[in-house]
Amino acid sequence: MNRHGIGQPVRRVEDQRFLTGKARYVDDIQLPHMLHGAVVMSPHAHARIKGIDAKEALAMPGVHLVLTGEDAKKEGLGGIPPLFMPEDMGGPKGYRTFRPLLEPVKARYVGDRIAFVVADSPELARIAAEKVEIDYEPLPAAVNVADAAKDGAPKVWDDNAAGNLAFPLMMGNKDATDAAFAKAKHTVSLRLYNNRITANAMEPRCCIGDFANDSYTLYTSSQNPHGVRGILSGAVFKFPENKLRVVSPDVGGGFGMKGDIYPEDGLVLWASRRLGRPVKWVATRTESLLGDNHGRDQLISAEMALDEQGKILAIKAQALHSVGAYVTNAGVVPVLCALRNIPNVYVVPAMLVMSKATFTHTTPLGPYRGAGRPEASYVIERLMDDAARKIGMDPVELRRRNYIPPSAMPYDTTANWTVGKPVGWTYDSGEFAKLTDRALELADWNGFQKRKQQSEAKNRLRGRSLIYYLEDSGVFNERMELRFDPSGTVTVVAGTHNHGQGHATTYAQMVSDWLGVPFESVRLVQGDTDAVAFGRGTYASRSTMLGGSALKGAADAIIEKAKHMAGHLLETAVADIEFEEGKFKVKGTDKAIPMTDVAKAFYRPVGPTTKFGTGLDASGSSAVPPSFPNGCHACELEIDPETGVVEIDRYTVVDDVGKVINPMICHGQIEGALAQGIGQALMENVAFDAESGQMLSASFMDYAMPRAADLPLHYEMDFIDVPAKTNPLGVKGVGEAGCVGAPPVVMNAILDALSVYKISHLDMPATSRRVWEAIQKAKA
Amino acid sequence: MKFILNGQPTEVKAGENTPLLYVLRNDLGLVGSRFGCGSGQCGACFVMVDGKPMASCDLPLSFLENKTVTTVEGLNGTVQKALLAEQAAQCGYCMSGIIISATALLARNASPSEKEIREALDKNLCRCGSHNRVVRAVMRASREQA
Repeated sequence: MNRHGIGQPVRRVEDQRFLTGKARYVDDIQLPHMLHGAVVMSPHAHARIKGIDAKEALAMPGVHLVLTGEDAKKEGLGGIPPLFMPEDMGGPKGYRTFRPLLEPVKARYVGDRIAFVVADSPELARIAAEKVEIDYEPLPAAVNVADAAKDGAPKVWDDNAAGNLAFPLMMGNKDATDAAFAKAKHTVSLRLYNNRITANAMEPRCCIGDFANDSYTLYTSSQNPHGVRGILSGAVFKFPENKLRVVSPDVGGGFGMKGDIYPEDGLVLWASRRLGRPVKWVATRTESLLGDNHGRDQLISAEMALDEQGKILAIKAQALHSVGAYVTNAGVVPVLCALRNIPNVYVVPAMLVMSKATFTHTTPLGPYRGAGRPEASYVIERLMDDAARKIGMDPVELRRRNYIPPSAMPYDTTANWTVGKPVGWTYDSGEFAKLTDRALELADWNGFQKRKQQSEAKNRLRGRSLIYYLEDSGVFNERMELRFDPSGTVTVVAGTHNHGQGHATTYAQMVSDWLGVPFESVRLVQGDTDAVAFGRGTYASRSTMLGGSALKGAADAIIEKAKHMAGHLLETAVADIEFEEGKFKVKGTDKAIPMTDVAKAFYRPVGPTTKFGTGLDASGSSAVPPSFPNGCHACELEIDPETGVVEIDRYTVVDDVGKVINPMICHGQIEGALAQGIGQALMENVAFDAESGQMLSASFMDYAMPRAADLPLHYEMDFIDVPAKTNPLGVKGVGEAGCVGAPPVVMNAILDALSVYKISHLDMPATSRRVWEAIQKAKA
Repeated sequence: MKFILNGQPTEVKAGENTPLLYVLRNDLGLVGSRFGCGSGQCGACFVMVDGKPMASCDLPLSFLENKTVTTVEGLNGTVQKALLAEQAAQCGYCMSGIIISATALLARNASPSEKEIREALDKNLCRCGSHNRVVRAVMRASREQA
């Protein structure tokens, strides 16, 4: 038994440096002769730029450069395009934006980048940035998504013939859905606003550009260094990709937000090219809140039709999903996933769901932990509880009646769709009833009435909810390398990018198991496009599944290569060699040689073994399809009707994340995503003034996030492994799961508690003020 | 400006209004204290000043004359070992500040209740959501140093 192998709760190998102040993030890098940049952001949500006067700023001693959008045009720098639009995948046509490094003509949101100032120190750069005079002509803005979608709303893009429509999406079957609604015994409908929230990684975005020796190096706090390299070299600078090296060292949280390419990544490189010195930029927290991609911001009307037994007949929904001022790199993803995941774990015989991705004069949106899956699960799980109330059925029973049974796997959710079929899902596995049983047991579901009486005795309302979530995880292909060195230690060269997920540990567990090498001898190299031939980074809960599967391919290739050397060393034909528990053995004998010794033989400088080639390394690729992590959340909470304060008392999660590589790390991922999901439900909100488009939540004083005292004291957690059938490791994603399930379970439990007041609807975040107001209104 | 930094008498030449965080990171090469918000609202830059956790990002150098400053680099104690045992770190960025808050708490209250721990950590944001593991780690550290 390998104590460090797959399935073991191995402690993370990277923690030592994090706990002693020795981790190295981009801001810790100081290059010789480095200068510092500051961005001038638009103070207007919508304004014409009539002129920019940088004379005063440039006259300040120590100020080296002021760049504007006109300069970018003159130098032929291109804009940052979306990675894909629906039309690139056979979907409907949309309006594609090319986001310039600096906006030359019009500001389209508060935070749009207008100029970039470079000076001797960060302080001086910021002072000089204030001296750049920009003559703005303010224009009316479309801030809320509902306002922006109206006819005659101020347009974000003047030449967009479709108004503020970025792209429409639709999937399902209209005729079948209409027919199902016509014969339905019960229907329920609701209108939900999924609040705009933001990642707020504790490390603000930061980058350093260094142009030297006719080539470029960018240090950037990114989840996807190769993605940054591809867009900057191809679309922005239009130089050969091999001229740019992108390095993303330790990254202090990403959550999807750092998967994108931002204007500053290009600005520091451009400024460095102009000045011949390295240029660093670090975001302030307010710049992060204004300028980092946000998540969610979806307004949706949805209806569900059911028969008299409570079986779902059909769902229809129409959404407006804000994309902000630009379609970001993966800006399509949340809009798409928010629709295609609506069927969740249920048999939905007919569905018609559509969304209008809508431009607004606000910060652009992009994937934020979950990216559309939380929106989808929120809609369907709110509908399920509404339906249970309407029919008068136990909500757990209603769910059970509609679960897709294991016998129906693989299950095609798109069976009778006439529109959008190619983007729908086929689930490979899932045992939803079994996980529900376990959650009910762990949650002591049947003990609720007693606890409710105890709550009532102290004048507290108690509510509960059980929900089921499912999400797709993993996207695109991946590449991994394994490299032995002459001493026999091993390096994993990863195309993925760890920024808190513990990859150095989980990959080492895998390699240690597959190759029989000591866990301690495996090292992870990542986040440097000069060291890693290619990779796609980490987002969409993809790394264990795609990185791990590719790593398995590399390990298998290593064994295959090494077999020949082993045959030579053991003086046996290759056909008689087998690999078992880290050793090459001669079949039917006790002759054996460990992998490490075989690897070392590849590095001998002379002699007969050199005919097998110099060095032992291999790469592996994986293009396995998405997997479908799923699970059951149960939540019990108390509300103080006098203050509206919500306190979560019990929280249970039973997850199927496929085969668990490291339970300690998986639990950490689930807990972390729960904190963000509970944060969305109870307190987080990016607020704008609806007229001016000014952000009202642009500091940590105004944007609330969960702190130690805000979260449940304890989570009951368990895993039931239902191995994925579509990848060689049987794993499913884990990173986003918690925040897909948390918002609906918390909101449903709040509504259950408030049912004594006949309150049937609340939008997130359920702040004490909002809850209190709802109670007062209901009492009046 | 003269003060004691991690047990060593230290003298720096920087403007008296310069926030301590920049002096630590840029002048003294101690980068373990992190910039998170610049206004004392997230805890990533916490250091101990005369044993009390304080945000260094908006603490002027002049405040430190003849005071004692401890940064994460000056600690190698039970709190860090307990955080390791409870596997509390994810991206790691907030950890230095959390270590400072927890160490200061245990110095003034060797066996805090869970509620007292949560209150002491209230100023430290952690976006990876490691709060509960951190709380468990502080309880473990309290037991282990007893």
